[in-house]
Amino acid sequence: MKDMATSLKCHKIIGGYAEGEALISHESICFYLTDPKTGVVREKNHELAGQNIANKVLVFPSGKASSVVQIDGLFKLAQHGLAPKAMIVKEVETVLVVSAFIAKVPLVDKLEKDPFKAIRNGDFVKVDADKSTVEVMRPKA
Amino acid sequence: MHLTKDEERILKGELGTGTQNAMEMLVAIGDAYDAEKMVPITRAHAAASGQEGDLYWAELLADGGAKCQVPTSTNPVYDLKYFHSLFKDIPKDEAEVARRVMQAYRKLGAIVSWSCVPYLCENIPLPCETVAFSESSATPYVNSVIGAYTNREAAQSALAAGVIGKVPKYGLLIKENRKATFLVDVKTSIEDEFDYTLLGYHVGKIVGYGIPALTGITRPPSTEELINFCAMSNTSGAIPMFYIPGYTVEASTVKEAFQNDMPKEKVTVTDRELKTAQEELQTTSGKIDFVQLGCPHYTLKQIADVARLLEEKKIHDGITFWVCTSGTTKLLADRVGYTKIIEKAGAHLVVDTCIDEPCWFAYKQKVGMTDSPKCAYYRRFKDVMVGRLEDCVDAAIKGKWR
Repeated sequence: MKDMATSLKCHKIIGGYAEGEALISHESICFYLTDPKTGVVREKNHELAGQNIANKVLVFPSGKASSVVQIDGLFKLAQHGLAPKAMIVKEVETVLVVSAFIAKVPLVDKLEKDPFKAIRNGDFVKVDADKSTVEVMRPKA
Repeated sequence: MHLTKDEERILKGELGTGTQNAMEMLVAIGDAYDAEKMVPITRAHAAASGQEGDLYWAELLADGGAKCQVPTSTNPVYDLKYFHSLFKDIPKDEAEVARRVMQAYRKLGAIVSWSCVPYLCENIPLPCETVAFSESSATPYVNSVIGAYTNREAAQSALAAGVIGKVPKYGLLIKENRKATFLVDVKTSIEDEFDYTLLGYHVGKIVGYGIPALTGITRPPSTEELINFCAMSNTSGAIPMFYIPGYTVEASTVKEAFQNDMPKEKVTVTDRELKTAQEELQTTSGKIDFVQLGCPHYTLKQIADVARLLEEKKIHDGITFWVCTSGTTKLLADRVGYTKIIEKAGAHLVVDTCIDEPCWFAYKQKVGMTDSPKCAYYRRFKDVMVGRLEDCVDAAIKGKWR
């Protein structure tokens, strides 16, 4: 049985290649509100509360919170090897770009299809930021 | 983004790894916003924070041989000498991060102002200057009050801009993007610095990310009132710029602030909203252990206010009273005699220090009072209630609040 694969164009922000399991958040993310030693989201009432973002390909709208905490949050996750493998976002802002740059996490936006429709939780996603492509592999039902 | 030959050379590392790293970050930001090119800046302000991510970046650039190419001022960390002589329990690892951050900024050739209000004294933009200013009060202040052009920089991108002397041209550097997005009609009397604090706190919360234009303000706001509005609105929300048509420089009418594209959203602020904001911030009452003022750093005028309120008075036993300011402001406070009055009452006037630093470790389980919601927002203390300066001083003298 072969997986279904879709290749989509995207816009590179932070280069690199990474692959992993997709995790979707429809809410913006503040990395300071994750546990730096596990990658579990601690923010109460967040869609991902209690879930682990470590080594996932994270799909979310954008970043939030002050520059100091956001950058420190993602940097600490990366130091523990628990940052997301790659990030696919709808909208960028300066602080998220700086955070991804410092933590060395590939970051792309402007997917040619709505990422929340094109990608589902559990899909296997290959993000080639340098080639501006995202490949989505979905196991056949 | 189009790069000039010189910019390409920096990106390739021909001028060292420090500037190469800085240029890579600026190019990533430029790419993110589809900026066409880079433009020169005249000055930068790096909101140094003494956190690990900040240390990593400052040392990476410093050790790679980068030097600030334009005047680049720095945020406060803490006065190592002063605090280590008073407290023996400051965590060693965190203190070491703070020390190394300060050393790295020195090596980078920054103006080590250790001030979060550098636009008043150490690093002042002029109208229409293109700059890179991070720090919550600094970004909206220089955009709105001074009329300089800056994006809402992170500490790291502002430092990168300082060592390259350029920024990608995007966002608020382009006139069309500076139009107001949200109309706030103020239907309550805004009388003093604390009212502006509450107003900023409330406006930041309702606007979230955007550029508010305020109407209904009936007298020109003072420097301190504007600082408070900036700091609080850009902490409870992300407000890189705002307008008070008639009083801020860039637009004299609401229509002009909205660039003729009238607002889709409008809110009214009444006494009720400000009262709710104040109640929300009044998290506790009764006995307090400390008072914390100067977030953002107090101006000379505010230090004079404290001196006037503390003259011939004594801080109650068991309460410590802190006023944070910049080194340059303290110099004047010393000369004028305010420092002497404040210290005689038993209070501390400290320089180079931010309230979000490990030097406050001794207060981790303590309850305090401040006039700044931003100070309460950082979780260095068990609980901090927010009130007017006069009430903070009154509580410190009596030993308790109400």
